[in-house]
Amino acid sequence: MRGRLWNLALYLFILGFILNMIGIVSHVVVSAFAKRWFGNPLPPAFTTDWFSYAWKNFDLGQVLSVTLFVAVAVVVLSLLIAFPAAYILARRNFRFKSLLLLLYFLPMVIPQMTYGIPLATTLYRYGVGGSVLGVILAVMVPMVPLAVFILMPFFEQISVNLEGSAQVLGASRAQIFRRILFPLMIPGILTAGILILVNTISNFELAFLLGGGGSQTLVVALFYNMFAGGVRPVYSIDAMAVIYMVMVMALLLVALRFVRPTQMVFRLDR
Amino acid sequence: MRATTPRERSEFDVFAMLCILPSLLYVLCMFVYPFLYGLYLSLRPQKMAGFSLANYLTFFSDPYQYGTIWITFSLAVPCTIIVLVLSLVLAYGMRRGFFMERTVTTILILPISLGVILLSEGILGFYGSQGWFNQIVIALGLVSDPFILTHNYIGVTLALFMQQFPFCFLMLLGYISGIDPSLERSARMLGATPWVVFRRVMLPLIAPGLAIAFALVFVMSFAVFPSAMMLGQPSGSTRTISIAAYQQAFEQYDMSYASAIAVVMGLCQLAALVVIILFRRRLSPAATMGVGKR
Repeated sequence: MRGRLWNLALYLFILGFILNMIGIVSHVVVSAFAKRWFGNPLPPAFTTDWFSYAWKNFDLGQVLSVTLFVAVAVVVLSLLIAFPAAYILARRNFRFKSLLLLLYFLPMVIPQMTYGIPLATTLYRYGVGGSVLGVILAVMVPMVPLAVFILMPFFEQISVNLEGSAQVLGASRAQIFRRILFPLMIPGILTAGILILVNTISNFELAFLLGGGGSQTLVVALFYNMFAGGVRPVYSIDAMAVIYMVMVMALLLVALRFVRPTQMVFRLDR
Repeated sequence: MRATTPRERSEFDVFAMLCILPSLLYVLCMFVYPFLYGLYLSLRPQKMAGFSLANYLTFFSDPYQYGTIWITFSLAVPCTIIVLVLSLVLAYGMRRGFFMERTVTTILILPISLGVILLSEGILGFYGSQGWFNQIVIALGLVSDPFILTHNYIGVTLALFMQQFPFCFLMLLGYISGIDPSLERSARMLGATPWVVFRRVMLPLIAPGLAIAFALVFVMSFAVFPSAMMLGQPSGSTRTISIAAYQQAFEQYDMSYASAIAVVMGLCQLAALVVIILFRRRLSPAATMGVGKR
């Protein structure tokens, strides 16, 4: 009996958390479609005008193209850099391996705000701060290690014997890579790619510290316009938030085809 | 563990070096070097020549600045403890799977993926004085005036909780469900009550994961920035240390002083981590990673 009550309490808490989550998200959605909304359970009249208002006034075409460009560039570059490193870390043992893994681990656990300020200082000094390139370079700092840690187990699942056999049969390294490793790694590459994509689009701190006038990603633009509160109607900001939300949720749906939700957070047993 | 074949060489040849090099260079240039450069810059104040500790002295002699450390701790510590205790209780209670697990975990992933900006915007509306939350409590007749839950300490705590709880819960859930259930069964067969099983068998096994989770959640909470700006009073009661660093860098353009604050922030996080590690040793001296894992 006591165990039953205990379980009920656990479920009720989770239910409460989920309801409050749904409430928070729905509020943004309802507000984006509201003509006016003050203190009633639902707005008296609905409209879709705020979306076109937001599109024009927030320069969303430009913001979205920057966001997508940054996201794609970060995914491609991070994968290119991380792929060979993950291969070696999965296949070989060498002296400083654990030290190297610790070094790759740090950018993932140290908060972005802590290393973002010195990083921004450095990048501004070299003249790339405030540009799209600066945003890409900064956001890649936590993403390259993320890609390494996602790709490693995928390499470990591929039998070493496959490479060995190919080598015996006279395949060169390039052939082994193109004909064996790459095709077998496609699920890993897709998983890493989609997770980096979601994380890049929702990345705030680094994109904020390095983004300037013409290089703001969608989240950063959202933040700035909320702060200009009073100038812009809140409904238009919520419309912009809905556009962002739809983007992230669509990507999340794709991501969850490859990974279980529990795999999207940090693995403690590493 | 993978079986090692004789083919597998453990030496570190030129090919391996070339494979590792791009990522290593990237982390060194974009992560390690900026840290060192920031440290160097913080010791070279803008207003004078040569090296000096002036930035640090200025920071620790101005209550408006060093007060941010206390404010940040007072936000991060309670939030971390609440998140950790709740996550532990829930993840432990649900370690054998639960009803609609996949759906629940998917919904819990949402706040992590949507990010803090959208969460803060939603909280601003939902928990605002005209939002649904206050409409409900007033309609139920619980209070006559709306709760003021935004633009103060509570608002930032809400955002932190919404962000950290799913993250911590899912982490611990993964960790606790990985513990070998036969250990628990043996203890039950030998007559241990559920409480004794938890206290004597499971907790020591969970402790290492719990310590890491605590460290991660605390460090993330300590760097709280956008939610403290949007849901708090960034110039008053929720002026956290990251806001102080940001203002020096991007409002005063004093990169040297900003770097000094970032160094202080990093040291605070480091100090907290050391305390957690020491505490964990006392909690379970024999706990080694990987015992009782399937």
